[in-house]
Order: sequence, then C-alpha cells, then structure tokens
Amino acid sequence: MTPVLEIADLQTHFANRDGTVRAVDGVSWNLARGETLGIVGESGCGKSITALSVLRLVPTPPGRIVGGAIRFEGRDLLAMDEAALRRVRGNEISMIFQEPMTSLNPVLTIGRQIAETLMLHQRLPRRAADDRAAEMLDLVRIPEPRRRLGQYPHELSGGMRQRVMIAMALACSPKVLLADEPTTALDVTIQAQILGLMAELKARLGTAIVLITHDLGVVAEMAQRVVVMYAGRKVEEAPVGELFARPLHPYTIGLMASIPRMNRGGTDGGRPRLAEIRGIVPSLKRAPVGCTFAPRCRHADAQCRAAYPPLAEHGPGHVVACWHAGRIAEGGHA
Amino acid sequence: MPEAPLLEVDGLVKHFRLGGGLFAGAGATVHAVDGISFTLRQGETLGLVGESGCGKSTAGKTVLRLLAPTAGAIRVDGADIAALGRAAMRPYRQRMQVIFQDPYASLNPRMTAGTIVGEPLENYGIARGAAKRERVARLFDRVGLRAEQMAKYPHEFSGGQRQRLGIARALALDPRLIVADECVSALDVSVQAQILNLMIDLQEETGVAFLFIAHDLAVVEHISHRVAVMYLGKIVELADKRALFHRPLHPYTEALLQAVPEPDPQVKRTRVVLKGDVPSPLDPPSGCRFHTRCPIAEARCREIEPMIREVAPGQMVACHLR
Repeated sequence: MTPVLEIADLQTHFANRDGTVRAVDGVSWNLARGETLGIVGESGCGKSITALSVLRLVPTPPGRIVGGAIRFEGRDLLAMDEAALRRVRGNEISMIFQEPMTSLNPVLTIGRQIAETLMLHQRLPRRAADDRAAEMLDLVRIPEPRRRLGQYPHELSGGMRQRVMIAMALACSPKVLLADEPTTALDVTIQAQILGLMAELKARLGTAIVLITHDLGVVAEMAQRVVVMYAGRKVEEAPVGELFARPLHPYTIGLMASIPRMNRGGTDGGRPRLAEIRGIVPSLKRAPVGCTFAPRCRHADAQCRAAYPPLAEHGPGHVVACWHAGRIAEGGHA
Repeated sequence: MPEAPLLEVDGLVKHFRLGGGLFAGAGATVHAVDGISFTLRQGETLGLVGESGCGKSTAGKTVLRLLAPTAGAIRVDGADIAALGRAAMRPYRQRMQVIFQDPYASLNPRMTAGTIVGEPLENYGIARGAAKRERVARLFDRVGLRAEQMAKYPHEFSGGQRQRLGIARALALDPRLIVADECVSALDVSVQAQILNLMIDLQEETGVAFLFIAHDLAVVEHISHRVAVMYLGKIVELADKRALFHRPLHPYTEALLQAVPEPDPQVKRTRVVLKGDVPSPLDPPSGCRFHTRCPIAEARCREIEPMIREVAPGQMVACHLR
C-alpha cells in the first residue's frame, strides 16, 4: 500500500546564538491511509517540530528544514510554492494543538471560523458553508450547534474548544490529521470523550492521524504503530502491540518502566520503587559522537560511544537503533 | 499508626466572593471548597485528586493558611490554626511547607540556589554564616544535588533539578507537613520517577507527612497511603489507596479511574464516559453535586445532598446508592 504521507531523512535545525540545535536529525516514517501513527518521546525530542515541519510551519528564522523530503500522496511538500502549499494546509492535511486557543481566533465567532475554511478551500457559498459548519459541530457532538455558531471561543469550556478545533480541522475532510498533544491540557474524563470522538471520526471519515503525545496510555489506546523519538531521532518503531510487549531500545524500555501504573502495586498497598532513567536529555547543539542515549544507558559500551547505531529490523515492522538490540531481544530486558 | 493525627481538617470551607461590578457574575460566590474533612498522620501521604476546578489546590492553600478559611477547623497537633493571627501562625508556618508545580516560578531568578535553599534558615534565625552553608550543603546532598551547584542560578538547572531545589528549600526547616501541589506534573516521566522516588525516600527518613495534590491518578496511587477524591468542592470518596483503586464505590471515582488510558494495548476496557463538563462552582447543582453527570442518579440525588459515611472499613463515600 502506498503511504499517504512519507517523511524521509528530515532534518530541521534551529540557529541560536551559541550554534545550531538539531531539533530533528534525520527522521523517517510513513503513514498509511486511515492509520493512526503515534509519535512518543519526552519534551525536546523533536516530535512537535516534526509535525510542524510537515506543514512548513516551523518559525523561520530561527528554524529551518535543512534536508530530507516530505511527500504527501507522492508530491514533495518541501518543493511546493506557498500558493500550492496553502491549498494543502487545513484542507488535505490539517493540524490540531494542545491549546485550542493557538488555532482559534478570539475575536471571530466559532461559525465564522469554520465557515471561512470551507469558503476558502471548498469554495462553498456563505449559506452552504454555514450549514456545513453546523453539521461539523453536530458531528463533534456539540449540543445546540446552531446557537454555538454565534458564540466566541471564550464562551466555551476547554473540552468544547477542543471539539471546535477538531470540527474546524475536519471540515474539509482532510486525508491527514496531525494531532499534537490534543488531550494533554484536558481533564481525564474530558480526554476520554475527545479520544473516543477522534477514534469514531477516523473510522467514519477514514482520516489518517499522526498522534503526537508523551502519554504512553493514550498511544496504547489509539495508535496502530508507534515511533519513539529521543534527542531528535527515531530510536524505535513498531506495531503498537509489539512495542509494548517487546520494547527493544533501552530508552523505550526505561520509559515504560518509569511510569507509575494503576493497580500494579498489588493489593498490599505498598510503594514499589519506580525505575529511573538516570541523568538528563543531552543538548542537541553538537553533532553527537556515538549514540545520543549512551550517557544514560546501562548497556552502553565503547562501540556505543564511538558510533551512532543504524536502524535495524528486529521483527516485522520493528526497527531499533541500538547496537545491543539483538542481545536485549534474546535475553529479555533484564 | 495509633497516635493522634498530625493534621485534622474539619468541615473546611473556602468561598470566594467575585468582586467588581463590571463583569457578569460580580457579587456571586465561588464554592471552591465546601465542607471537607480529613486527617493526616505523621509519615503518611494523603493523595488529593480531582479534575480542574474541583477545589483541590484551594484546599491545600487553605490548609497552609495561604488563604483564609471561610469556615471550619484546621487542627495541627490538636491546636486549631484556622483563625490564628500572623505572629501566632509563625511557628506553624515553620512546620508546614509547600512544593509547587512550576519550580521556576517559585525560585527567585536573581538568587543563587544556595541562597534560595538557605533563606528559610536565616528567616527563622536557625543558622547563619558557615553553619548555614553547611546545612544547605547537606540539604543539597539529601535531594541529589552537588554542593558546588549552590553557586548556580535557577536558570542553570534542568526542570527536575529545579524541583529538587524546591524540595530542598521545603525541607530546610524540618517540616512535619509538606503540601505538594502538582509537584511532578510538569516533569517528563523519566524525571518524574526520580522525584517520586526521592520524595518516598525522604518521607521514610524524616517521617514528614505529604498532602499530595495531583490530577494524575497513577502517580497518586503510587505515592499515597490514602486517597481523597474531590468533585466541585466536596470530598466524594476517601479510602486506603488499595480499596479506592481496586474497588471504587463512588460513581465519580469509578468513572475517573476508567477514564485513564492504560499503557497496555492488550487491555480492552469497558468505560463509562461521563457526559458533559463539570458544572460551574458558582452555582453548584442541588442535591448531590455529581447528579448532572452521574450514570446512576435517581430522583432523590437531585434533592438531597448525600453525607459522606463509612460504607466499608476505612472507605468513606458520599453517595445515596452505595
């Protein structure tokens, strides 16, 4: 199956006073039609910059896409002129963010904002655009959609705004939805509503989703495949079941061991120690020598400190960038 | 632990009057905390959970008397501090400390880390000069920072290290109680694990009690001995963590636990998704405050407010139907 979106060897750098930060340093992945791909990693790993790069929304300067290719249905988004790109943005590929107010205009009514997208991209007349906007609000289960059309963003709760943003993003039936921490700012009961809504809309509209999150629970629930990023690079990728059952990169293993899980403490009410990943995320200012995770990794040896490990396949669709992944796979991850 | 509780909160109320005449709702009352009671023993962690706007942070600040309570008692070692004046509060302030979510906002950027951590020692006349420096160095060591980092400024530390600084400062006066308000929610999970482990170690060494306020249920289950669940200013359930997480009795607790996505793709869970948003604390619903979202509410729930009572040993629940 040909992927709808293809990222190949993407390099996005930021220039600042002390040099160049390699925020995204050679990342590749594919997104199949109708699929949900999870991208996980901690702050500063480059997951959001990857998504912003897809729509060329990286603030330039200081940011710049310095290498690689981004192909949407075979067309190279990096080679497109602004006018052509505008026809893709918000139309064929749209994006939602953690904070809805970053994409909602506070001085325009909800209805006007959704209708504008439709008038611009789908060339709908005003009347039809308004009707479609009301339909979209109904689709994301906002009660009394007609009345809501006349309201301003500040009149809505956080969960409602997130729904409006999703309605806006999906108004033009995009083929790809880039969702950057879409539920992180929401309470869990509202998060459950929004995740349920996204899954349902995906099933109904066939939109492929790139779901960026730091929350392994959200990924486990939503994604079919997962990319794990660390310090600007993809360190592991696998189908979701495989990744959680058999994580192979020491960083992925560490990440999974460090999260407290509900109902795992047994029934004695004890407080088992959490596994820590010692140390901190490295600076991305220098081109790293060796594996970027080596300073924090208990498997690291001379080879790890000398050369960055290439991505290698360790099972169907399961790739890992670790010199010791084979040994870890054999020995379990004790 | 049979001894008397270190902290006893009894019918605590905190209302805010909205002032000014310009805005809609002026003169209205926010029922942020509306009659909550709990105890905390030495060496114990009580988790306080709930969604935004449930009043958990206000409860923490009011217990510390950073906000003046509207009604109710706050007994520390048996003495009610709810109405104490500034001077009479001072010895209690020494015993009760706080750690906030954003360590950066709570650390003065113009002071060195050593000065920040040593400041309470000087304020309370406990140590100065070389003696102070030595105590600060010991505090640094205790929270996993190096003594030479005392000369650095807050911006030179990572998020996790800044939270260690906040903890060091809170520990400087050997407090008996620390209110930790979302103290790990801004941290990445690998760093969060370091801080949670540190807090448990420190509690085991010093016997300090934690009122651990957070919205992350897995984190709260991990660190707490007992857990209280708040909804719109009320405690709806309070129990040993084992009981609360394995056998929640209040329908809100149940829905809250089911809403947490589990980091295991094999688990296909059944979930009662709550409809709608939390109602406004300006005008909380009549009867049981949860009845507007409750999947099992009956007629009486709309009219009569359920009192919190012991439903199973050590498990307090405020629900007519349980």
